[in-house]
Amino acid sequence: MSELNVSVVAVDRKVWVGAAKSIVATTPDGEIGIFAGHEPVLSLLVNGVVRIETLEGEKVAVAVHGGFVAVDSDHVRVLAEIAELAGDIDVDRAKKALDRASREDSPESIAAGHRAETRLKAAAAVTATGLHS
Amino acid sequence: MELIASSRFVKAQQRVEASLPYTQELLRAISAAVSNGNGGGALVSEVEDRKRAAVILVTSDRGLAGAYSSAIIKEGEGLNALLKEEGVTPVHFLVGRKSVGYYKFRERKIANSWTGFTDQPKYEDAQAIAAAVTEAFNTDTNEGGVDEIHLVYTHFVNMAVQEVRVRRILPVEVVEVSKTEASKKLDTNVFPLYEFEPSPEAVLDALLPRYIENMIYTALLLAAASEHAARRRAMKSASDNAEELIRTLARQANQARQAEITQEISEIVGGADALTSA
Repeated sequence: MSELNVSVVAVDRKVWVGAAKSIVATTPDGEIGIFAGHEPVLSLLVNGVVRIETLEGEKVAVAVHGGFVAVDSDHVRVLAEIAELAGDIDVDRAKKALDRASREDSPESIAAGHRAETRLKAAAAVTATGLHS
Repeated sequence: MELIASSRFVKAQQRVEASLPYTQELLRAISAAVSNGNGGGALVSEVEDRKRAAVILVTSDRGLAGAYSSAIIKEGEGLNALLKEEGVTPVHFLVGRKSVGYYKFRERKIANSWTGFTDQPKYEDAQAIAAAVTEAFNTDTNEGGVDEIHLVYTHFVNMAVQEVRVRRILPVEVVEVSKTEASKKLDTNVFPLYEFEPSPEAVLDALLPRYIENMIYTALLLAAASEHAARRRAMKSASDNAEELIRTLARQANQARQAEITQEISEIVGGADALTSA
């Protein structure tokens, strides 16, 4: 069976590299699902969660901020300014950050709030399936 | 000090290596977008009549690194002179306390400066710099904007060799290379015909600012590695010098002591001789 070679790369490190069955990401136009044999695509991603299903059926969720995805001949590259595995996300801390951000009104705190929200979404996406990355 | 610099240097180098995958992928994506679409808008178009140019100097916060910062400042001076010769006013953006001190002492106008992170730059630092220079670039020259942006930093080649480099980061240089050359350089085959979402122009417009951030980030990381290498070298020659000094001084002290003893002995012998002969 053909498979996807996925690498999720943040600015300062590789976040996740491996083989996968499918990957679902959100673009400005809507969700995009990628399986093996997908046509070449270069697309921007909205800040949100990228969900990867590995060959073993394991689910991996990654929170990405300011990223894009490039697909060609079964190579999928997700690049982002910040990318975090859902399993690495400290839910309490993200909640606190969201709390703090919602009290203030500066552009930075709004951005911080968005980041915290994305983190929580990614963490929730993993817990909803009952699996951990 | 030498050991501290060594361990920091290793970390800095690891950070450079860790940032490589992203840089490569970003370059690939941009090349694909450029070769497929057209545009890039204002960030690639060159101005015929240049009036003002931003010069970013990447120096260190602390000294004790040999000629590391002064080499950058010197190169910056050369670039400033060159720009002035071409009738372009340089606008100074400074990174690191050393260059800020140098410019403040000469009472030059500093457009913007950043300090406190040169030995461990973060991506946010690069983003702050990129935001400031891009804003200046997008402002009209008559209102304090600039037509082009140059970056002066120290490129880390290896432990022994670091060289000062000047790079123009804006307008972005779009180089037309043949496909074989491009594939050789990027270690890949000819780009597939990507489907761009939402559109090639939108993708390129979104990628170019990241490219600039990434370029500054890479430069900061390389500069940090170079800084630690330069400091290590400076500290090594300082300890070597100190050891040499200790050796010569010890020898001189021994010689003096020996001479004193010899003199005392000959005085005693002389005195005894005088007594027996009397």
